[in-house]
Amino acid sequence: MYSTIMANKKIKPDSTNRRNFLRLGLLSSVSAVAGVSLVSNLIQDEEKTSGEKVRLLTPDGNIVEVDAESINKYPEAHITSAESRKGIPDKKFVMVIDLAKCKNARKCVESCQKAHNLDYHEEFMKIQLMQDNEESFPYWFPKPCFHCDEPPCVTVCPTGATFKRDDGIVLIDNDRCIGCKFCMTSCPYSARLFNWGHKDSFDNTDQPYSPETSVPAAEGTVMKCDFCPDLLRQGELPYCAKSCPMGVIYFGDKNEDIVTNGEETVRFSELIKERSGYRHLEHLGTRPNVYYLPAVNRESLLENGFKNLDEEIIERYKNVPYVQELKNKGKL
Amino acid sequence: MDLEIRKRELAKEFYPMISKTTRGSKIWIGFLIAIILVGLVAFFLQIVKGHEITGMRDNVVWGIYIINFIFFVCLSYSGAFIAGILHFFKSPWKNSVSRIVEIITILSIMIGPIFILLCIGRLDRLHYLFIYSRIQSPIAWDVLAILTDLIGCLLYLFLTFIPDFAILRDNCENAPKWRRKLYKYLAIGYQDTKSQRDRLYKITKTMSVMIVAMAIITYTVLAWIFSLTLQPGWNSTIFAPYFIVAGIYSGIGVIIIAMFLIRKYYKLEHYIRKAHFIGAGIILLVMSLLYGYFTFSEYFARWFSHSTANHFLLDTLFGRYFWEFIFANYIGVLVPIVILFVKKFRTIKSITFAAVIAVLGLWLNRYLIVVPTLETPYIPIQDTRPEFIHYSSTWIEWALSFAGIAAFVLFFILLMKLIPIIPMSGIIDNEREHKRKQKEVTQNNRLW
Repeated sequence: MYSTIMANKKIKPDSTNRRNFLRLGLLSSVSAVAGVSLVSNLIQDEEKTSGEKVRLLTPDGNIVEVDAESINKYPEAHITSAESRKGIPDKKFVMVIDLAKCKNARKCVESCQKAHNLDYHEEFMKIQLMQDNEESFPYWFPKPCFHCDEPPCVTVCPTGATFKRDDGIVLIDNDRCIGCKFCMTSCPYSARLFNWGHKDSFDNTDQPYSPETSVPAAEGTVMKCDFCPDLLRQGELPYCAKSCPMGVIYFGDKNEDIVTNGEETVRFSELIKERSGYRHLEHLGTRPNVYYLPAVNRESLLENGFKNLDEEIIERYKNVPYVQELKNKGKL
Repeated sequence: MDLEIRKRELAKEFYPMISKTTRGSKIWIGFLIAIILVGLVAFFLQIVKGHEITGMRDNVVWGIYIINFIFFVCLSYSGAFIAGILHFFKSPWKNSVSRIVEIITILSIMIGPIFILLCIGRLDRLHYLFIYSRIQSPIAWDVLAILTDLIGCLLYLFLTFIPDFAILRDNCENAPKWRRKLYKYLAIGYQDTKSQRDRLYKITKTMSVMIVAMAIITYTVLAWIFSLTLQPGWNSTIFAPYFIVAGIYSGIGVIIIAMFLIRKYYKLEHYIRKAHFIGAGIILLVMSLLYGYFTFSEYFARWFSHSTANHFLLDTLFGRYFWEFIFANYIGVLVPIVILFVKKFRTIKSITFAAVIAVLGLWLNRYLIVVPTLETPYIPIQDTRPEFIHYSSTWIEWALSFAGIAAFVLFFILLMKLIPIIPMSGIIDNEREHKRKQKEVTQNNRLW
């Protein structure tokens, strides 16, 4: 509880800084002079101490008191490959996706792509349109990596490039990946992507590589949804959960039995109990850490999910029986 | 000293075959080298431009490279299996074919793994397999098994070569200097004394058992790469024995084809006889029955239990891959059975034809195990990029596949330039055995 509340406190100053930074980028391209002055402002901004002290839990379990303003510097700390194998102490991350609320707004996909420098078709978070059988009604199904407790991908990796951390997150160290793709064939959820060719963005070394950010990607290696541990370390929600306009994605800590979608914070166990939460393809025995709440009492019409979509995205769902029905009726 | 005279005779008979290169075979070698060069260009392009230029994408992450890999490793495994058994049971007609089998074994275990390397995204990090090796991974088992098998097969092949190297060393005074030096070096001082012969025989026999065991382990581990995953179509308890049976099936097929070609081009009708084809044909018949049985059990169980995922897979197999499925699993099994079952049909040509059908069918069977399974994952593919939905191999992949086959044939021809394809020492052994038996018969007669 303690750290979650702290986390919520921290989100605010940081996100304003981020906005400042973006604004800075825009303005400086217009006017160099204005840019310089803004940079100097920003530096002053960072040096200034607020005097307000905040107590924080460090990764190794100590409570320290730091100045509120210096918290923002912490996220920039680079997490090395070795550090990223350990995980955040005493955490057990879990995600709950409320299918009743999802209207395929694709904000989770887009923000994730932006944060991880992914191309249009590269999606760590995919939104499938699932129709379990011809009689049942389809539903939008956001699908990240399930960060299984019995991850088949980790078992088969010959070099330990993909690993399971103590906090439940499954990550890939693309410095160690040899690109054999065995993990991709063993993942029953098709969660993994391969970098088939070279891209300019791979050469961008502005940000040093960390398995926690998955950026920059590397040719000939595998990548996937990472649950954004870099944000988790800052006490923020992953990009997908943060950006969802409907509050579909709850994220939290199983140890504390708490999940939040940024608007409401609820007990994980109660949410699962009351809403009959389930895990996709439970029978495979992979024990995912992503739970789904069934699409009952939906908040919006399924068809709304087709609004404002690129033709190419709509085409993806053409094999779903319901979509074919819609097309036949001329409603799509 | 009639033994020495016989050796000289044999060396005289076989040496021209290894030393002379006809114009036809020169053209043939040139052609093979050209194919390999095209393959090398393709390889270079793949390295420079990345795997993007292959047909492999996120769903079908392994394409015909891995199919070729399974195919060649299974050739090697079945070669080792057959060579080991031939040697161990001292079958009288084995001599003429044993070296063909052994060479197939060694060449395919050298070429097969190259194909798996072509699947790997980061060849520059290949040594990570050893530095960061995780023994829990079936790939680590595969690396261990294949390396052990490779070393074992090389040793075995060398052991069977030693007596012939010795004969060539002692009886080829006219040979160029480098060749004589090479034979002297390779014969490692073997003088064919009684104690040397006995020792070599014992070691070879032990190794023949070992390579059978190693071959079974290697191919089992290879089958596990697929069957230990959760994929519908792969997750099957019978995959390892299925692969073992299918391996011998295609292996014996390739042996028959090799026997046919070598017999024809090197005019060895005297040594490779119809009896060999009939014998191999009978093994092919038995294996085709077994292979058909396994194939049927595998797909019948999937169809009868009809879980959603299996249903989806079978729909794809009988829809999009209908003709491939028919060819691989009906024609590829039934045609060899019919040809070999009817005694009248058992001619050298028809047995070879059956073998060709079996080999092609089996390659396609492997394709159907790999590709359609990856195209029908648990979570349906929802994508608009055609190359991500269906796999279709590019010229790069085909060029490299043919380069692999060309390399196989080329190395075969080159090895036949080093050592006679019919083991001379084996002929001598047979004759010696024959004499001993005759002697025993006369002795026994005297006693009576």
